This record gives sequence, C-alpha cells and structure tokens, in this order.
Amino acid sequence: MLNDSDRIFTNIYGWGDTGLKGAKARGDWNKTAKLLALGHDEVVERIKASGLRGRGGAGFPTGLKWSFMPKVVRQRPHYLVVNADESEPGTCKDRDIIRHEPHKLLEGCLVAGFAMRAHSAYIYIRGEFVNESRRLQAAIDEAYDAGLLGKNAAKSGWDFDIYLHRGAGAYICGEETALLESLEGRKGQPRLKPPFPAGVGLYGCPTTVNNVESIAVAPTILRRGAAWFSGLGKENNTGTKLFCISGHVNNPCNVEEEMGIPLRELLEKHAGGVRGGWKNLLAVIPGGSSTPLMPIEVCADITMDFDALRNAGTGLGTAGVIVMDKSTDVVQAIARLSYFYKHESCGQCTPCREGTGWMWRMMERLVRGEAESHEIDTLEQVTRQIEGHTICALGDAAAWPIQGLIKHFRPEIERRISARHSVDAVNAAE
Amino acid sequence: MSIESRIASNQPDNFKFSKENESQIKRIIAKYPKGRQASAVMPLLDLAQRQHDNWIPMKAIELIAGKLDMAEIRVLEVATFYTMFNLKPVGQFFLQACTTTPCWLRGSDEMMRAIKDRYDINSGETSACGKFSLLEVECLGACVNAPILQVNDDFYEDLDYQTTCDLLECLEAGKSLPVGSVLGRSGSEAINGATTLATVKPKTASAGAKKKRSSINA
Repeated sequence: MLNDSDRIFTNIYGWGDTGLKGAKARGDWNKTAKLLALGHDEVVERIKASGLRGRGGAGFPTGLKWSFMPKVVRQRPHYLVVNADESEPGTCKDRDIIRHEPHKLLEGCLVAGFAMRAHSAYIYIRGEFVNESRRLQAAIDEAYDAGLLGKNAAKSGWDFDIYLHRGAGAYICGEETALLESLEGRKGQPRLKPPFPAGVGLYGCPTTVNNVESIAVAPTILRRGAAWFSGLGKENNTGTKLFCISGHVNNPCNVEEEMGIPLRELLEKHAGGVRGGWKNLLAVIPGGSSTPLMPIEVCADITMDFDALRNAGTGLGTAGVIVMDKSTDVVQAIARLSYFYKHESCGQCTPCREGTGWMWRMMERLVRGEAESHEIDTLEQVTRQIEGHTICALGDAAAWPIQGLIKHFRPEIERRISARHSVDAVNAAE
Repeated sequence: MSIESRIASNQPDNFKFSKENESQIKRIIAKYPKGRQASAVMPLLDLAQRQHDNWIPMKAIELIAGKLDMAEIRVLEVATFYTMFNLKPVGQFFLQACTTTPCWLRGSDEMMRAIKDRYDINSGETSACGKFSLLEVECLGACVNAPILQVNDDFYEDLDYQTTCDLLECLEAGKSLPVGSVLGRSGSEAINGATTLATVKPKTASAGAKKKRSSINA
C-alpha cells in the first residue's frame, strides 16, 4: 500500500483547512517562483520525465501534450483550459480536489500555464457543482489577494489570470472541443480534429485542455522530482491516482493509491471488500461508465493501470470503479448506461444521435427478454457501426459497455430470451 | 421533446436584471476577451434563472441576446441545449434525482419511491402543493456518495427511503439542513473511517465519519 508520505492529496477528505493557510501548511504555493524559474521547456521536460499520463480518461502523456503548444507566442495568445466538467458515471475525484484541495489546482494552473506560455486559464466546471464552484472561486479570490495570481503571479515574473466558467448540464462538454465550443457561448457540439486545440483552440488560439487531476499533481511532481513520481506505479503507468470506488462494496470511497494496484487489493483494503465477499462479485466496470465491464474471472488478478486494463479489453479511463455483486441485474445496469448516452448525445453525428437511441431501446427489450437470439448479433454489429464513426468518442463510449456485456454475459441475455419465449408459449396455449 | 413543451406558454411581459445583477454582468463579461462577450451567455442565463424563481422567461432570452450582441435564436439554442436551464416554472424545491447506474446500484429506486409516495409525481412533474418539482437526472458526479438528490443548489448524499422522507419533511417544514452526506461523511472517505491519511490527519479533525444521525433533523 502507498505510504501517506507519497500521497499528493493529503486533504482529499476535507479534514483540514481548505483555504490558503491550510493549503500552504500542506506545502502548496511553497516557493512556486522557483518552479517557474526552471523555464518553460524544462517544466515540460520534467513532466514528461515523470511519465504522468492524462487523468481524464484517455491517458495521453501530459508533458507531451504540453509540448504541442507553439514555442513562440505570436499574435494569438495561448490558453490553458481545465476540464472540470466531471460527469462520467462512476467518477467523482475532481469534485473532491476542487472542494478540498482547490489550491493544488490553482497552483497547477500557474505552473502548467507558464509551461505552455499562457497568461490565462479558464476552468470549466460542471454546472451542478454549485457549492464546489463557490469554494473554488473563493480560493481564486484568496490567491489573487495574496499575490499568487494576477500580475507577477507568486513573484515569478509571469502574469497569470484564472477565470472560472460554469457549465449547465451537458456531459458532452467533457469532450475537449465541445468544452471549447461551450466556453465560446455555443451548444457543446464537438469540433472536427484536426485542427487540434494546440493549434486552433479557444477563440482560435493555441489551447491545451487538461483534466483537473493532471493539473493538480503537476506542482508536487516538480517539487519532489520526476524520479519520485516515476518511481511509483509501473513502467509507462507511473505515479499515484485517485480511485473512486462505488457500487456494491461495503464502504464506497475515494482513495489515492499507486498506479497498478491490483483491483482486488484496492477493493479489499480501502472499500471494505465486495458486499457479501469476493465470491459474491459479478462484474466490475473499472474506469467510468464508458469502459467495458470485467467478469469476476478477469477481476481476480487484474491490476489497475492503463496498459493492463487495455490488454484485458477495457480501460483505466477515469478510474471510476463501479462494482456489481451477484444481486445485480447486469443487463439493466448496462441498459441504464445506454439511456445515459442516448440522453447525452449532442445530436451532431447521425450514427450517435440515432444509434444511441436505437441501442437503448434494444437494450430495454433485452432486459425483458423480448427479442430473438440473433438480435444480439445485430446489436453487436450496430455497436461496431457507431464506434469510430462519429466526430467525438461519445459514440464509442456508448458502444463499449454493450460490447462488454455481450462478450461476457451473452448466456444471461439468452437465458432471458428463452425464459420469455417459454412464458409466451404458455400464454399462447391458454 | 418538442421545443413547445419545454417553454412556458404563460410568459411575463417584461424582464429586467436587478441592479446588483447588472453590475455582476459587467464583471462576468470582463472575464472574456474583447469581442468574445458571447462566452458570457451561460453565466447570464444562470443569473436570469436565479433572479426569476428558477426559470428563464423568453423576455430574458431577448434581453441577453441584446446585451451580448447575439441573435436571439443563438441564445435560445444554448438555453435549450443545456439541461440546467428551465424555460418553464418549477417548484420552490427543485428535486433532481440521479438514477444513473452508480446511484441505481446503491438504491436510487428507493429514493425515487420515497419522493413519489409523498407527492404522487413523476419525473418532470410538480406536486399538487406546487412546492416540489421532480426531475430524474443523469450522473451528478458524486457516485461514491450515492444515491444523490440535488435540491436546488445542494447535494444530499448517501440517501435511502427513510432519509429521503426525513429530508423532504425538513424541506416542507422550512428547516435548514446540513448539506452533503446524511450519514455524516465529511467527504468521500469510507463510512467506517478512512483507510489512508491517518499519519497526516490534523488533530482537530473529527474522528473519521461521524456517528450516523438517526434522522437528518436530529
């Protein structure tokens, strides 16, 4: 188990003072100017060397992403945009960073913004987080008052502003280009890439969009050294990670652990184990609703990192671990996710707009067994026609949970269909 | 859902921002670069909604369009795209119940049943007394504290049938309630005490999770 001394978010549960004084006592904003004195490119290099991979789901190397920003600022200013539109079912880590460790995020904004030669950052927070956004705004105000933001931020010689922007209820705005559209005052419909935001982003200017957790860990990585961070976890999957454990465990919780921790250890050490014991486990969705579920056989010795989970046909995603015990109606659980994606499709691309509704209606029939066996194959084929055929990954995200269900629980779906047929036959005979 | 059914048929003749909100609007527009005032459309719609009993009349859409130099249809487009903007009246207590899979696994059906039993309403409806509106919503992003009921701006967490009833009773009686977990969790630590951070815990902190309250108003 990770030592407390290696944990970055030491106030994640909100026990201590979340204000500036408490944050400083925990080491935040400690000689930030010294970090910036490393220079733009050195900060990027050190984040690269730490092996940090984006914590928002895709796992793209953070330092590399920063390095895509132009090295020289021309007429168009550079922007850092922080994606705090946390809405992936099963995920609630950014919320805790925002309400309990807001200064880690703000200091991270300054460090990351400086690295990519940006003088402004926008934090886009989901609209439902009203109290969290108040907390964050209070922290921003505090940082300005203390000279940590604004002109000559933290006496670094770099001018830096942070603006908070609230969303208004649209999962799709967690997609980076939809987020930029929304920030510009339009419907959150994703843009075609290329051009990528690093070239043409917010207001047509070079922009990098990062997840809250990726930004919030950056100052600690610089302080403690890239080698410290890359020494934790596994090769290519380094560092610590906030895991959100929800569903059928005895004690659902958020916890910061080492990347690559075995799933079983994660659940048993921190979440009190699966309700009714390990043998009562049915399946786990390892990384937020978009990632395909894993049955107990796979869960037994899987480790929680990007590569291991990808090799198991699923993904680490946001590390939102959703646990389902044997009492779960697994078809209904996935059907509910299908409804979620239908509800959240922005309607721009036909395969997603029409497909998510079609898949949901099909899933509802499968819940009741009102289908023929061959329709399972039809559904699987339809998911393949949505996946990869849309501008953004929402189409993929809607397809994957269903693919996972069919792959691992096809006998259960078929059992329902034949049970339904038997009932129908009896009714017909009467 | 057709656009007509989302917009109130009964509209006020006028809408004006309060003086306080007018100066707030200036501060909001100043957050964005010159010429990019359209970025302020969501914050302004939110302000209008807060000022106007939690729903946005069409006159406010017109007014905001004028202020931000946007076509009215662009503002309406934004107002209808995002689910948090109400274009028709809702009750004084707007109950948004999360029923997405993580909440569902932790018993959101029971939370919904408690609301339905009490007010005989379905998602999208308002109680006979006019005070409570219910909306089934998608993931509220607090899954470790599921199930969640959002009442206006506040999240109530770790609910079940009885605690939902207790919560509604408090709202009816106009009592103020501690926001957050009804089990007394300070955040998203394990209910029987966190498994980490014991060595860095401030001495003043409460000893992990507080004792379960028998009822919210206790």
